[in-house]
Amino acid sequence: MPVTTQDLLTCLHRMAEVIEANREYLTALDAAIGDADHGINMDRGFKAALERLPPVEDKDAGTILKTVGVALVSTVGGAGGPLYGTAFMRAGTVLEGKYELDPQDVLAALDAALQGVVMRGRANLGDKTMVDALTPAVQALREALQNGADIADALERAASAAEQGMKDTIPMLAKKGRASYLGERSIGHQDPGATSTYLLLRVMANVAQEKRN
Amino acid sequence: MKKLINRPEDVVKEELEGIALAFPDMVKVHFAPDFIYRADAPVRGKVAVISGGGSGHEPMHGGFVGMGMLDAACPGQVFTSPTPDQMLEAAKMVDGGAGVLYIVKNYTGDVMNFEMAADMARAEGLRVLNILIDDDVAVKDSLYTAGRRGVGTTVLAEKICGAAAERGYDLRRVADLCRRVNINGRSMGMALTPCTVPMAGKPTFELGEDEMEVGIGIHGEPGRERMELKTADEITEMLALSIIEDPEYRRTVREFDEEKGEWVDVELVDPPFRPGDRVLAFVNSMGGTPDIELPIIYRKLHEICEKKGLVIVRRLIGRYITSLEMQGCSITLLRMDDEMIDLWDAPVKTPGLRWGV
Ligand SMILES: Nc1ncnc2c1ncn2[C@@H]1O[C@H](COP(=O)(O)OP(=O)(O)OP(=O)(O)O)[C@@H](O)[C@H]1O
Ligand SMILES: [Mg+2]
Repeated sequence: MPVTTQDLLTCLHRMAEVIEANREYLTALDAAIGDADHGINMDRGFKAALERLPPVEDKDAGTILKTVGVALVSTVGGAGGPLYGTAFMRAGTVLEGKYELDPQDVLAALDAALQGVVMRGRANLGDKTMVDALTPAVQALREALQNGADIADALERAASAAEQGMKDTIPMLAKKGRASYLGERSIGHQDPGATSTYLLLRVMANVAQEKRN
Repeated sequence: MKKLINRPEDVVKEELEGIALAFPDMVKVHFAPDFIYRADAPVRGKVAVISGGGSGHEPMHGGFVGMGMLDAACPGQVFTSPTPDQMLEAAKMVDGGAGVLYIVKNYTGDVMNFEMAADMARAEGLRVLNILIDDDVAVKDSLYTAGRRGVGTTVLAEKICGAAAERGYDLRRVADLCRRVNINGRSMGMALTPCTVPMAGKPTFELGEDEMEVGIGIHGEPGRERMELKTADEITEMLALSIIEDPEYRRTVREFDEEKGEWVDVELVDPPFRPGDRVLAFVNSMGGTPDIELPIIYRKLHEICEKKGLVIVRRLIGRYITSLEMQGCSITLLRMDDEMIDLWDAPVKTPGLRWGV
């Protein structure tokens, strides 16, 4: 069963719920090594994105994702705004004109999102950023699909990989973003951006799982 | 949390509404997207100087909009970078046909948002250059960090570049001057207390009665080092020597190359201070430190500069770039040449800085 734009919309609404539910958690993580705003920023952005969805709900996946991206860029602020905004816009560009997505489309969209984040923020793997969650997720998704997994299983692997990537940021020394100013003191804390990335991927996996069942 | 606010989510909006009502002769405020701009903008034929950043650093940046300084300022939420749509609309509003300079403090969020804004503005036919301010010596190694943060020198750059634009410098010259101010300015700050972001409701970090945080930025983030509280003289010496003895600082920054039509990496070098240098000494309150304590800091700074052979030719003492209600201070030293001194003295009329008018 292909992924429909209805599934995509369900996914976006659930993402907004999960971000809202984790607003304090993400902000607390950011308080430890940043400036205590990541959860607040993301929640404001996803709420704004939802408000802009109704007029494009019957449009293609690309238009829907680009609408979300533009909303995030203009409302999140901070580093998260341009990074997540670019990620959604790039994913949207790949899915232009599509109303049904096969597993390869999902992979291409997530890969484009990752490339967008890297282009904008120029972070390397191991710098303690969202790239450390997104990179292994895209890789796991690619491998799972190559090994014949269906989209639900493949996204489940991607979410697990993102979760591992998120946890792996704990011992890292931050080299990008605000956390890098702490030097050694950034060690021992989980990166807030990697955490929000994991939460979004977890939603995608859950939505795919529920659809299959 | 105890603050003179109504609802945490309305703080920035209501601040802007108040500014519009309080200073109608100097500024106007545009909402959605939010920005403060010169009441007489656009000034025909003049380069427009725009800055912006998270709110909570008042009077910077909004308080520096007006004749002889900024044409517009884009406020983000408290301690959060503003967004590209604000910067783009501000540029369109104040561009007088001679181009726009974005003065950007070096924080990941500000840098990425201003780069997106500049790309969007150029796509709409505007001429825009971005210059970064990265003067915080608390950040030692640019290889393993996002680079030095933009702090006190930003205020000085906005004044000097604003005056240059007012005098009719073209865009390239204002941008070159801004870069020159940046590489000649260095700052360092410290905190006695944390601060509370209205939307978060809790202090950004915890500090014991007998502790202080040294090497802080301006976002209530913890600094490089926590130590036992010291006297004003000892603190001043620590900050001043970190600045004066800071070695040459090299890093690459991204600037837009108009000939190539793309972003390029530019290597910049901050030369160290030397005996005989003429400097502007800037002692700044982080917000909660009262005016009675700032001269105590300046007194010691003056003595140290004399001992080190630095000649203080201009001074700025007060609350100009803050972290909400945080107690603490920062020191900035800017090596000045004749042109910078002349531009510093030029008339300025903004809510936060006014002289010569
Ligand atoms: N250069 C980068 N590349 C990729 N991700 C980054 C980069 N810099 C920061 N991040 C991510 O952004 C997260 C912080 O996002 P947040 O929305 O809190 O922005 P911020 O750093 O507070 O921005 P600002 O500097 O404007 O306040 C970090 O946890 C990290 O994952
Ligand atoms: Mg943050």
